[in-house]
Amino acid sequence: MIRFILLQNRQGKTRLAKYYIPLEESEKHKVEYEVHRLVVNRDPKFTNFVEFRTHKVIYRRYAGLFFSLCVDITDNELAYLECIHLFVEILDHFFSNVCELDLVFNFHKVYLILDEFILAGELQETSKKAIIERMGELEKQE
Amino acid sequence: MALSGMRGLSVFISDVRNCQNKEQERLRVDKELGNIRTRFKNEKGLTPYEKKKYVWKMLYIYMLGYDVDFGHMEAVSLISAPKYPEKQVGYIVTSCLLNENHDFLRLAINTVRNDIIGRNETFQCLALTLVGNIGGREFAESLAPDVQKLLLSSSCRPLVRKKAALCLLRLFRKNPDVVNVDGWSDQMAQLLDERDLGVLTSSMSLLVALVSNNHDTYWSCLPKCVKILERLARNQDIPQEYTYYGIPSPWLQVKTMRALQYFPTVEDPNTRRSLFEVLQRILMGTDVVKNVNKNNASHAVLFEALALVMHLDAEKEMMSQCVALLGKFIAVREPNIRYLGLENMTRMLMVTDVQDIIKRHQAQIITSLKDPDISIRRRALDLLYGMCDVSNAKDIVEELLQYLSSADFAMREELSLKIAILSEKFAPDLSWYVDVILQLIDKAGDFVSDDIWFRVVQFVTNNEDLQPYAALKAREYLDKPAVHETMVKVSAYILGEYSHLLARRPGCNPKEIFSVMHEKLPSVSTPTVSILLSSYAKILMHTQPPDPELQSQIWAIFNKYGSCIDVELQQRAVEYIELSRKGAALMDILAEMPKFPERQSALIKKAENSEADTAEQSAMKLRAQQQNSNALVVTDQHPANGPSTVSQLSLVKVPAMSNVDGESPDPAVTEANGTLTVVDPPFEDLLGPMAIEGPPSATAEAEHIQASGLAGVPNAGEALAIAPVEDQMNTVQPIGNIAERFHALCLKDSGVLYEDPYIQIGIKAEWRAPHGRLVLFLGNKNTSPLVSVQALILPPAHLKLELSLVPETIPPRAQVQCPLEVVNLRPSRDVAVLDFSYKFSSHAVNVKLRLPALLNKFLQPIQVSGEEFFPQWRSLSGPPLKLQEVVRGVRPMPLLEMANLFNSYRLMVCPGLDPNPNNLVASTTFYSESTRAMLCLLRVETDPADRTQLRMTVASGDPTLTFELKEFIKEQLVSIPLVARPPAPVPPQPQPTIPPSPSATSDPGALLAGLL
Repeated sequence: MIRFILLQNRQGKTRLAKYYIPLEESEKHKVEYEVHRLVVNRDPKFTNFVEFRTHKVIYRRYAGLFFSLCVDITDNELAYLECIHLFVEILDHFFSNVCELDLVFNFHKVYLILDEFILAGELQETSKKAIIERMGELEKQE
Repeated sequence: MALSGMRGLSVFISDVRNCQNKEQERLRVDKELGNIRTRFKNEKGLTPYEKKKYVWKMLYIYMLGYDVDFGHMEAVSLISAPKYPEKQVGYIVTSCLLNENHDFLRLAINTVRNDIIGRNETFQCLALTLVGNIGGREFAESLAPDVQKLLLSSSCRPLVRKKAALCLLRLFRKNPDVVNVDGWSDQMAQLLDERDLGVLTSSMSLLVALVSNNHDTYWSCLPKCVKILERLARNQDIPQEYTYYGIPSPWLQVKTMRALQYFPTVEDPNTRRSLFEVLQRILMGTDVVKNVNKNNASHAVLFEALALVMHLDAEKEMMSQCVALLGKFIAVREPNIRYLGLENMTRMLMVTDVQDIIKRHQAQIITSLKDPDISIRRRALDLLYGMCDVSNAKDIVEELLQYLSSADFAMREELSLKIAILSEKFAPDLSWYVDVILQLIDKAGDFVSDDIWFRVVQFVTNNEDLQPYAALKAREYLDKPAVHETMVKVSAYILGEYSHLLARRPGCNPKEIFSVMHEKLPSVSTPTVSILLSSYAKILMHTQPPDPELQSQIWAIFNKYGSCIDVELQQRAVEYIELSRKGAALMDILAEMPKFPERQSALIKKAENSEADTAEQSAMKLRAQQQNSNALVVTDQHPANGPSTVSQLSLVKVPAMSNVDGESPDPAVTEANGTLTVVDPPFEDLLGPMAIEGPPSATAEAEHIQASGLAGVPNAGEALAIAPVEDQMNTVQPIGNIAERFHALCLKDSGVLYEDPYIQIGIKAEWRAPHGRLVLFLGNKNTSPLVSVQALILPPAHLKLELSLVPETIPPRAQVQCPLEVVNLRPSRDVAVLDFSYKFSSHAVNVKLRLPALLNKFLQPIQVSGEEFFPQWRSLSGPPLKLQEVVRGVRPMPLLEMANLFNSYRLMVCPGLDPNPNNLVASTTFYSESTRAMLCLLRVETDPADRTQLRMTVASGDPTLTFELKEFIKEQLVSIPLVARPPAPVPPQPQPTIPPSPSATSDPGALLAGLL
């Protein structure tokens, strides 16, 4: 199960944070700080997996952005690693050539997309087409 | 790209981005928060649009890391807005700002429920998403039935249903009872027929959670999962949008295989075959490709397949394929794959014994221990720890010790603990163990917990041979220029107890020992000083004839500490000086520590208890739990009832510090001690017995000493040492039910045959035609040896059994393997019995155990077609080659279960041969020296109206075989033990101490009667 998803830039600014477990605010800030420190200095030649407390963080870097998923230690690492990539592909498709600024100014859209992609800490939909079409439907209603 | 329609928000984001520094940013944010707060205060003037805008701003500020302690109410209230745009914001922001424990959320339950049961699909989706992401117990209780309805509804779009599936998963995690309602398992199975892969993906996650909790209920889902997996693996009818870099949804494949790992086994032969075909295809067909994403996705599937193969206990061939693959992976450069190779190899160790093959990779694994990436180093450490056994412990532990000096600080504590455990568990000899622990303390004293040095002291105390060696080593370490405080503690303790054993060696006379210890005193903390004082007192006592110079030196120290501000030290000093004036009585009071009672290693317990926090209990862990905690043979799959091991092993608790009370000549002082003595909790375990007297639990003894004024008392230490032994008499009871263990082993080839607090006997068997090779694993669970070990086989006439030599002594914590060769001479149902005995301290244990070398082990299932079957069946006409019997009193069971039972006894059920669906036809080949390979045919006709009776016909080319086989099957049908019985109330069988009567020993049958 995905415990939380973080999207942070190299400076540690959070661009998206979604928690599927109940955490207090102070704890969330601590987690964000620690995860950033954990991944930011890792060599690109290292694994994309790193232990974090009693869980593990699966992360991937795209330009200056780190996508981190915190999952159970028994979870399938590569499946979640590709889950990150699929999410990035969806964002890329939606924003046509996504960059950090898109995510900053449209953070609320990113939350919407994420809710179509992952729910209750589990994958909900893996079809890029289905998600993009769904976003189209929702935009019409606004 | 501008934000559609919400200029105010965009402007604010730009402003924040343009701030030059953190200070400016904070000012800008504070200003905005102030603004929002005032606007929220007179809510009436706010348009829904404005409210929405401010709530978004709040979320943005929150995301930047600022505390937002107001406005929650506004966000929640937007949920009940009538229009989509506001409602949407309400739902999203609420699920970001609040968690399930917030009171505000409770206010929204009704609105959320109305949206879920309402007609507006978009609202349904929003509500399901909120509940799925942050719903708590209360939501579970009030919403689960509604969500279940949506999931099953045929009128809802897949869009809603997939959300409902995951929402239900969340509710199930919060409260499992709300989902486990009657009939749900059938509906769950139907869900797996879903064509929409989005719904199927979500439903599969739900299934994983359900089966991890209770696989029994969801049996009907198993074949469906296999079908899904087949469909995906063959890429049949998978829409393009669900393939990822050419791979049919790797995520669904992974999830499906995950679900399958929670079923203990796949019994239906056809399903099993299809599953193995798919797995084989995945194992063989996954190549390394250039595209990173494709490669990752295909390897995600491959690693999950590996896990499933391991779980299913596949044939040897497939297992070796897996090990070969993993061997390849741990040597590649690609870090992710190498990491996963190491991780999965560690998992592989837990489920099967492929240790020997894995050991070949030891050098490669050690290279990874030096990898620059800490993630890889951790996996390598875990693997080395897991693969360590008696044969390679020396190499591995030395490698780890070497690595300790360069290891990251973050890893040192774990590393120390692991070194300590391995050296204890697998020490080829105890002096090596002492060496390792002392080296460990020397190299990484800061990371060595008290448990570790307590344990080495226990070992030394309990093993006389070890004492001079340990004392010598302790002496050597104290000579080093910089000595860690923990080293001072352990050395001082050991030298206090045993330095007199070294007296003749150079540099080891009492004075020298004392001075080398005393040098350390100025630089150590109070708890260590107290150990030093005790040691001085002991040295003084051991110095015979007394050395006046040493005496005055030590008394001076005691005098000095007699006025120490620390109560503990003061008390010790005062008492020691008083005691040392007692002359001869001192000898008794300061006598050597009695042996520690056997107890489970605190370290191992600690390692076992470290629990991972996962949403679903890991399949691996579930399996491991079913094995016994301290298992030396890790192959048992069925629940061995009750973890009673621990309580038996740790039956003697040594109270802390009450020692002083006993010796105190003055009752007033005793009272003061009782109230004043405060000890650091970690010392509780050892300091009790460490100070002057032995395990002081028996207060009677203490009173005795007091009463007789400390003179001429019978040796208190001795009396105490005997006490616990008497208590333990006749308490050696087997752990788990012996009969159940035997029955489990009749169906499988490895597991635990017998276990008690001191020994575990595991068994592992391989059968080839009329030959069998059993290996008995005799594991000593203690820190002292088991002696007078004897194993005698009482073979029935039809078996030739040869047991290799069983050693008389099993060293501490060692495991001895004794191969046993079996040849089946002719068909018979008789059972071989193992007469096993050993001694441990004062216990003499003798048990008689049935060996699982039964008739069915010499069967080999064979599938026959109709053309083969009927001519054979007809040619074996009538008795004695074909026997028929009506069996009554059969344990009623569905036909499918009976078929599974036959299959598990290696009688291959051939479906479709008998036109009557209430009948079963099975075939098998029996092997023995007299009959060679002989085909056996079986037909069972059941009566659907009365399941307790059936008619059975058995046919083979040998009359004895036909008869024996018929009887054997009958026995299984009439009194089949429930293998998966709830673990609770099986009374331990009073096994040992039944002296075998002379007539019984010669007749295994009679023996059995006694056993049952």
